[in-house]
Amino acid sequence: MTTDETSPEDFKNNRGGDHSHIKGWGIDIDPKNDPTYPLKKRTDEEIKGYSWERSEQQAIDIEVLHSVERPNITAVFGTAAPPRGLSGMIRRHAFKKSESSLGRWVPLILADRIDMVEGVLDDLKQGYIPNFFEERGLKSEWKYNRKNFIVKTATVAAVASAAVLLLSRKSKK
Amino acid sequence: MLAVNYRGPFRIRADKNLPYPEIEHPEDAIVKVLRSCICGSDLHLYHGLVPDTRVGTTFGHEFIGEVVETGSSVENLKVGDKVMVPFNIACGKCAFCKQELYGNCHEANPQSTAAGGIFGYSHTTGGYHGGQAEYVRVPYADVGPTVIPEWMDPDDAVLLTDVVPTGYQAAEMGGIQEGDTVVVFGAGPIGIMAAKSAWLFGAGRVIVIDKLDYRLEFVKEYAQCEVFNFQELEDPVVFIKQQTDSLGADVCIDAVGAEAAGNKVNSLMGRKLLLQGGSTTALHWAINSVKKGGIVSIVGVYGPVDALVPIGNVLNKGITIRANQASVKRLLPKMIEHVKNGVLDPKAIITHRIPLEEVAEGYHIFSSKLDNCIKPVLIPPAAGI
Repeated sequence: MTTDETSPEDFKNNRGGDHSHIKGWGIDIDPKNDPTYPLKKRTDEEIKGYSWERSEQQAIDIEVLHSVERPNITAVFGTAAPPRGLSGMIRRHAFKKSESSLGRWVPLILADRIDMVEGVLDDLKQGYIPNFFEERGLKSEWKYNRKNFIVKTATVAAVASAAVLLLSRKSKK
Repeated sequence: MLAVNYRGPFRIRADKNLPYPEIEHPEDAIVKVLRSCICGSDLHLYHGLVPDTRVGTTFGHEFIGEVVETGSSVENLKVGDKVMVPFNIACGKCAFCKQELYGNCHEANPQSTAAGGIFGYSHTTGGYHGGQAEYVRVPYADVGPTVIPEWMDPDDAVLLTDVVPTGYQAAEMGGIQEGDTVVVFGAGPIGIMAAKSAWLFGAGRVIVIDKLDYRLEFVKEYAQCEVFNFQELEDPVVFIKQQTDSLGADVCIDAVGAEAAGNKVNSLMGRKLLLQGGSTTALHWAINSVKKGGIVSIVGVYGPVDALVPIGNVLNKGITIRANQASVKRLLPKMIEHVKNGVLDPKAIITHRIPLEEVAEGYHIFSSKLDNCIKPVLIPPAAGI
């Protein structure tokens, strides 16, 4: 391991000089691309504000939550997984807060976890039992990382057995 | 149709019973997917780190395919065209698209004003289904999708939809000048491409830092750069100073983002407890390793929640920070030219070709870095390996 202890001769930069062996070296050199002197390329569009000709509005026939930092729903939007159930209620509440507020993001993460449980319940309602082993891709763990797979499985089994034992003792009392 | 169905953190299903996408807007197209990739940033979704990632969403923002249907207003594409689809969804009309900031379009994501629209990347980027599917809806089809040149290998084409332009833009944003010393944190697919691209801008020295030896070995060969494993360094920042006359690197690139290893407190705060928008260890190292007046370029993805960075050092050192989602559409012509001329060889980073039906295994292999995985590509059943 390289340690933090240094002496003056440790500090050097071996840049080398000949890069001819690297195909394409320097072909995109652009001395003007120096962002330490930032010059933003402005366009006339920029000073006109939110005034551009928008595309036709996509039909809004599902619930679309939109940021309070904008006045409208964008001309197009995704229609995947509209809000639902308890997680949807939390999402609606979260979207009342601005994008700079933790009050928006933390509830959204909570909603995601609740959504996960709702997803399992939905599966069961539809008569589908989720295969967690398959969904977690654990066949590849067995194939490529068998030792870790065995250790983890044994640990989970031991913890589960201990919990069952503990609970059964308590219920006997 | 068959598509990825996200069920919660670390749970992905290849679902055969999902509905086919439909034209929902006159500027839409429906694309039959021929290749899609799992991106390192997909792992942030998979690990449950991105807020508003809803169960039932199909992931996937790197894909190519064949146009099978177009909306009534689409003029530039026709059925049968084989296209690469940039991961950014962009209208082409807003003030930001007009400036070629296609990653910052203001008309593609109602859920957030900060983030643009991205395929299959949670409702924080617009709530679109993604391309890890047999078919996908592509909005603003006249703007982003680009016809794949006949000579181009589909495996190269799919990598031009994100990885290659993102790595290239990381180097471009670094404002690299001839002879500069460039340090890239992260030897994943983006870091590999950033290191390769740094030479094109005339870097004098390119150093890559990571903890996975197999990736370091790969990038050393692929990008002809110097590599160091930070687990063998007591302090990577001191090490970089030693390597750079004590002054620091001219340019540092954060190609890691939210799931950086290397600092237990940061990992606990950002990856386990989600108290900040990811682990910021790579960004810390970048800020502290760059020289005074230097440039830090960020392409690693972080969550929207606040994240701790040494902002005092940014001020004291006069650092310029540049960051953005890659503007794929802007860069595609140049990337195509570089592939044609043999300057870039994207498909060489593909290590795994996985049938879409086995996507859950693909995510686990990539997430756990099994089998020396660098870049997995998913192949839908009808596309043929």
